[in-house]
Amino acid sequence: MDKKRIAKKLVYAFITIFFVLLFNFFLFRVLPGDIVSMLSRGGKATPEMLANIRKMYGLDLPWYQQFFVYLKNLSAGDLGVSFMYKKPVLDVIGARILPTVVLLGVAEIFAILIGIVFGIVSAWKRGKALDTGLLSTSLLLYSMPTFWLGMMLILIFCVYLKVLPISGMVTPGRLFVDQWAQLQDILRHMILPMICLTLGMIGEYAITMRSTVIDVLSEDYITTAKAKGFSDGYVLRRHAMPNAMLPMITLIAINLGMIVGGAIQVETVFSWPGLGSLMYNALVNRDYPLLQGVFLLSTVAVVFANFLSDILYEMVDPRVRSMGG
Amino acid sequence: MREFLDQVKANKMALTGTIVLAFFVLTAIIGPFFFPFDVMEFGNVEDILQPPGPGHILGTDDMGRDVLGYLIAGSRVSLLVGALATLLCMVIGTVIGIVAGYSGKAVDNILMRITDFFLVIPWLPLMMVLAAILGTSIWNIILVIGVTSWAGTARVVRAQTLSVRERQFVERTVSIGAGSGHIMLYHILPNVFPLVFASTILVAAAAITSETTLSFLGMGDPAHASWGMMLHYAFETGATSTGAWWYFLPPGICVVAVVLAFTLMGYAFDEILNPKLKER
Repeated sequence: MDKKRIAKKLVYAFITIFFVLLFNFFLFRVLPGDIVSMLSRGGKATPEMLANIRKMYGLDLPWYQQFFVYLKNLSAGDLGVSFMYKKPVLDVIGARILPTVVLLGVAEIFAILIGIVFGIVSAWKRGKALDTGLLSTSLLLYSMPTFWLGMMLILIFCVYLKVLPISGMVTPGRLFVDQWAQLQDILRHMILPMICLTLGMIGEYAITMRSTVIDVLSEDYITTAKAKGFSDGYVLRRHAMPNAMLPMITLIAINLGMIVGGAIQVETVFSWPGLGSLMYNALVNRDYPLLQGVFLLSTVAVVFANFLSDILYEMVDPRVRSMGG
Repeated sequence: MREFLDQVKANKMALTGTIVLAFFVLTAIIGPFFFPFDVMEFGNVEDILQPPGPGHILGTDDMGRDVLGYLIAGSRVSLLVGALATLLCMVIGTVIGIVAGYSGKAVDNILMRITDFFLVIPWLPLMMVLAAILGTSIWNIILVIGVTSWAGTARVVRAQTLSVRERQFVERTVSIGAGSGHIMLYHILPNVFPLVFASTILVAAAAITSETTLSFLGMGDPAHASWGMMLHYAFETGATSTGAWWYFLPPGICVVAVVLAFTLMGYAFDEILNPKLKER
C-alpha cells in the first residue's frame, strides 16, 4: 500500500488527537469545582494553604504552561487522581476496561452476524412479506432507546419470569466452589445486558446492509452472473456479498471505536461494572479527573478506530485508491 | 411542489409517519386541558405506584400522580425540546455547510476540520460532559444537543453546495456582479433546501432520542417533565424491579412511536428526493 498515504492519514489522526487533548484540557478548566475550590469548601483552609495547593498543582502557572504540564503528565501515564476512589485515574480505568470489552465484543459479533443475515435476506426478498417483517423489526429496534429496551428486558426476565439476575456482574457475597462456578455466575449476569446491547445494534447493521445489498443487486454484473446461469445462492455469496461488505467494514470499525460511549446506557441500567457505568458515576459525583480521563480514552479510541477503518477500506476497495482517496 | 406532495401522499411510509406525528402534536397541544398535570406537585401518599384502575387509566407514579397526565405533559416538553434542538442544529449545520462549500480553499478546509472533529467525538460522552458543565436547565439541554449534532448535516449540505455551485446560473449571477452573501442566501440555499428538509427529519429523530437518553441519565430539567424524565424517575424509584410497568412502558412506547414516525418520514423523503434511489 502507498506508504505516503498511510503517513498522511496518520498525521491527520494525530492532529485530531492533539485537538482532542486541547479540547479536553480547556473543557475541564471551565468546569466549576477545581481542586482548590473543592478543598476550600469547608472554610477551614487558610489563604496560605490555598496558595500552596495552587502551587503544588501548578494552577498558578499561565494556561499554556499548564497545558505543557498536562501533556507531560499524560505521556508519563499520569491522568490525575480520582476524587471518588482516591486512586490514580489510570488504575481505576484499567480495572473497568475488561468487563466493557467483553460485553461489547460479544454483543458486536452477534449483532454483526444477525444484522448481515437480516440485511441480505431482506434485500433479496425485497418487497415481499419477509422483507417487510425484517425491515419493520430493524426499524423498531433502531428507534428504541437502548436503556428502555433494557428496562423491558428486566421486567420480563427478572421480575415476571425470575430467571435472570437484575444487576451487577457477580452475585454479591456469594462464595464459589471453583473458578468454573464463578464464571457461570458471571455469564448468567452477562446474558441480559448482552442481549440488550445486541438488539440495540442489530437495527443499524440490518438497515445499512439491506440498503447496500439492494444497491449492489441493481448493478450490471449481477444481471450478467444470473444470465450466465449461476444459482441464486452462488450469485449472492460470490458476487453480491463481497461488494456489499465494504460499507459494513466502515460501520463495524466505527462502532468498535465507540467502546466507551456505546455501552453507557446498558451498563447503567444493568449496573455492569465497565467503562460506561464508570463514566456515569464519575459524572453524577462530579469526579472531574476521572471524567476527563474516561472522556479522553473514549475520544482517542474513536479517532484510532476511524483511522484503521480508513486504511482497511482502502486496502479492500481498489477503487478508492485509484481515485486518490 | 404539488408533484412532491402527491408523491408524499402515495408513499405509505411517509403517510404513516405524518399521521402518527400529527396525533402526538395534537395531544400535546390539546391534551393538558383535559388531563392537567403539574410535575412540581405531590399526589396522595396512598396512591403511590398504583396499577391502572378507576380514575387513573394508566395508574399512578412514584408520587401518586396520574401517569396519563404525566405522559401528556411530557409529550409537550419532549416534542418542544426535540423541535428547538433540531432547529438549532439545522441552522448551524446549513450555515457551515453552505459557507464551506461555496467559499472553498482555506475557509472550507478549516470548517471541515472542525466538522470532522465533532463527527469523531462520541456523542453521548460529549453531551454528558457539556451538560455537567453548563447545568441541566431546559435551554442548556437544547443548546447541548444542537451544538453536538450539526456535523452530519454540515457535511451533507456542503456536498450539495459543491454541486450547485458548478451550475451555470451561479456563474451568470457572479458575472453580473452579485456578492457571495447574496448568492449563498438567494441561490444556493433554495437549491439545497430539499436535502436540508430530508436531513432535518432524521436529525429530529436523533434529537428526541438524545433528550430522552440525557434525561434518563439524570441530566434533564426536573422542573419540566419529559418522557425521558419519566423514565428516569421510574428507574430511580424502582418501578422496574417492582414491576410497575404502567409507569415506564407508556413513555417508552411514545418515544419509539415518535422516533419511528420521524425515521419513516425521513427515509420516505430520501426515497422521493433522491432520484438514484427511485430507479432501483
